[in-house]
Amino acid sequence: MRLAARVEGVGTLGPGIGDWDDAREVLRGARPFVPTPTVLPAPELLPPAERRRCGRNVRLAIAAGLQAAGRSGRAAHEFATVFTSSNGDGDNLHAICESLATDDRLISPTRFHNSVHNAPAGYWGIATRAMKTADSLCAFDGSFGAGLLEALVRLAAAPSEAVLVIAYDVPYPEPIHAARPLPDAFGAALALASGDDGAGTAIMVELVDEAPATLADAGLEALRRGNPAARSLPMLALLASGSAGRVVIEYLPGLSLAVEARP
Amino acid sequence: MRPLPISAFTATSCLGLGLAPSLESLLAGRSGLAPCRFETVDLATFVGEVPGLDGHALPPALARFDCRNNRLADLALAQDGFEDAVARAAAQHGPARVGVFMGTSTAGILSTEIAYRHRDPATGALPPSFEYRHVHNTYSVAHYVRERLGLAGPCAVQSTACSSSAKVFASAARMIDAGLIDAAVVGGVDTFCLTTLYGFHSLELLSAQPCRPWDAARNGISIGEGAGYFLVGPRVPAKGQSPLWLLGAGESSDAHHMSSPHPEGLGARLAMESALAAAGLAPADIDYVNLHGTATLANDASEDKAVFALFGDAVACNSTKGATGHALGAAGSLEAAISLLALRHGFTPASPGTQEIDPQLRSRYGTALARRPLARVMSNSFGFGGSNCSLVFGAAPGGSA
Repeated sequence: MRLAARVEGVGTLGPGIGDWDDAREVLRGARPFVPTPTVLPAPELLPPAERRRCGRNVRLAIAAGLQAAGRSGRAAHEFATVFTSSNGDGDNLHAICESLATDDRLISPTRFHNSVHNAPAGYWGIATRAMKTADSLCAFDGSFGAGLLEALVRLAAAPSEAVLVIAYDVPYPEPIHAARPLPDAFGAALALASGDDGAGTAIMVELVDEAPATLADAGLEALRRGNPAARSLPMLALLASGSAGRVVIEYLPGLSLAVEARP
Repeated sequence: MRPLPISAFTATSCLGLGLAPSLESLLAGRSGLAPCRFETVDLATFVGEVPGLDGHALPPALARFDCRNNRLADLALAQDGFEDAVARAAAQHGPARVGVFMGTSTAGILSTEIAYRHRDPATGALPPSFEYRHVHNTYSVAHYVRERLGLAGPCAVQSTACSSSAKVFASAARMIDAGLIDAAVVGGVDTFCLTTLYGFHSLELLSAQPCRPWDAARNGISIGEGAGYFLVGPRVPAKGQSPLWLLGAGESSDAHHMSSPHPEGLGARLAMESALAAAGLAPADIDYVNLHGTATLANDASEDKAVFALFGDAVACNSTKGATGHALGAAGSLEAAISLLALRHGFTPASPGTQEIDPQLRSRYGTALARRPLARVMSNSFGFGGSNCSLVFGAAPGGSA
């Protein structure tokens, strides 16, 4: 069973990558990949109180999502959203676990409500006034694949509704970092719509039992393997190429997603 | 959406392991809430604890998943012949054609909290027993269920706080409609952890008494543990089966605040309206609404506005959280199971704990058990981040029972 969509816009944020223009050049090989630390912009759309309170995962997800929505030509609030992340908010989790290991166990109410996996989806709604549905998924290293699949079946169920899938993962601080080391933050967002007649790259996606593609550039391959959201990179490289082609991206062991692009 | 048969289901909570004791508790109007004695927690609050989890062992091959949350996942799977029903579906359609979509809010985070008490004094390192992938990671419970049941289809955790295990029904329905799978195991599992107990305490949302949804004197939630599982699909039920049905699902976002609901219940109303639209039903077609009804001042007031705006005072409704506590990421699945029991056995449950209905609230809230046939039931689940989901279940796929 193949699922169809058009990619109307892409957002990317990662080491040495500020936006899709950067990512496209690097993925095409037009310039070398130099993994300077990921810069996470402050979410200007949020009211000041929320802007101060939100964590790195929220800043990453909102920035990537707004990039993709902006390039699609649609307003951000028009999209149903599928947020997907393996780690969630590690900074917050660490602070809460530290407090809970003390005698008084006092934790901050803001930290607590920010600790939910869907905090980026909640802040996205506050920032963009989007009242459409928002998913908040996790499938460990296959979280990008799970998000893409969810977005595609949402499109299949409601072809008139555009869907924004936003994959994001930020590193944990120590001591959890030692058990789940991520070198740096990475986020990727795809603005997806259905129909053959609009702008963007047409894609067809199916479940396959094939090994995920790797990237020829050692630095980009390290990024792909080092951050669950960067498991999207082979698909992003295909979109960046502007050519027709097919790549396999990681989802679950023994179950991958084959993405075919027809620009 | 096309009506989706629910071929098998089960639920475990403080009301009982599996459906039979849960039904007995519901028909007796019993509450499973008791003073909190959990772990080292020192809070004056009542909780709905599932007994026996400390002594429950996972199968040796899956020992790396061992934690309170996966123990409840395992214990609940073993009830009501659910595993056998899944095995039959996997044999009929192939394990790759059966998906797993689970809701949880905190997965195995309790183990991480305890590990933080045992950090190396010199390096700060966690003890070697700390298990990230199979215990801490949010996906761990879906991973466990998929491995335990030997399934090989699409799989994910939905973690949208307290709407998590309602939204998984909608995911599964879309996956089946798209033709990716023939059937799916959906459900939710959430267990106690210090983050939620002390977190709700920090927000001053934990009641010191058993929670009292819709009561004039309501003053907060009681946290519960719970698990519910449903085998949804295949599209055409086997001959001789008389399943219950998922008729519609509606989802929305408040776009208002991280931990407070929209004051007018706008997001909640959108979710209910969209669930009715998906089911092709009018408000008058619903016989009972199982409310989210957490018993906080703001949540109940907001939900009441939404329900009254849509149903007026024509539809019987109440919350069963006075019986089970708020099972957070598992609440959607637990209350879906209660809704299905209500449909199958013809009753609207009681609302233990609720004594005097808040006169400010206008929906038709019932506190006593009522025995009567029901054709269609709505179940509401709303969560932090303004995540809303309403489900409509029916005794039959069509317009009438």
